[in-house]
Amino acid sequence: MTSSHDRRDLLGRVLGPAGPELGCDECFEHLDRYVEAELAGNDPDAAVPGMSAHLEGCPACHEEHDSLVALLHSQ
Amino acid sequence: MGPVLTLLPGMSETHDPESAAWLASLTAGGYEQDDATRRLHELLLRAARFELSRRRGSLDGAVDLDQLAADAAHDALMKVLAKLDTFRGESRFTTWVYKFALLEAATKVRRRTWRAREVALDADAWTRMPGLDADPAARAETRELIAAVRRGIEEALTPHQRLVLVSTTLEGVPIDVLAERLSSTRGAMYKTLHDARRKLRARLAAQGFELDPDHKEAA
Repeated sequence: MTSSHDRRDLLGRVLGPAGPELGCDECFEHLDRYVEAELAGNDPDAAVPGMSAHLEGCPACHEEHDSLVALLHSQ
Repeated sequence: MGPVLTLLPGMSETHDPESAAWLASLTAGGYEQDDATRRLHELLLRAARFELSRRRGSLDGAVDLDQLAADAAHDALMKVLAKLDTFRGESRFTTWVYKFALLEAATKVRRRTWRAREVALDADAWTRMPGLDADPAARAETRELIAAVRRGIEEALTPHQRLVLVSTTLEGVPIDVLAERLSSTRGAMYKTLHDARRKLRARLAAQGFELDPDHKEAA
């Protein structure tokens, strides 16, 4: 039986983010700037509009974002 | 004597001193450039190893992690050097280069993980997927929405859009793995996925479903 959380998660994956978003190539282009803004405590979405929506909709880019955050944190 | 800092094409006065020194050394020629390239490779190798250590749980024990890290660092080095003149100093140089190593390592891990797994390149595979089935336990409006999504996938999407949407969102195929299997690019795959999602969202909105009350739908 599928739980309501699973169904919401599934619908979220299928339908993706609501707002305008970047593509994977633009995401990669701006990832360094976005993460530095994030770690500096600034508003990363003001720095790179559409990035957070893309990270929500693209698991691969989300993983790479998390890795860059973790790597910079580790130093 | 430290590197002579001169403004190169694409290099702005806003570069922090460390980033400017990296750029100057990597384009200095001779021993200085060779040494900077070696140091850059070490940096990329560390980032690749970091990524592989985070992901080793998804790899089988037979994978040579040192070789995978070396391959990722080499590929990242080639890309960084080829794109050096596109670095605009909007982040530290080291942050900028790390993303290349992380991308190469992550892509190699995803491809290794899926190497032995079948990807059903079948636009109708979604009919066999769990989760979008009629679930009597779901609330009535959720059941209606799920049924409308199913119809949308079936009726509104092209076979290619259906394949990309179903593979990446229901089967969990990483987008770069799917791109490799379809001889395409990650950017093109995501564009197809994005278009399919927009088409489904527009159709559902026209049918009266309120998907994201806090968001205004994109045109």
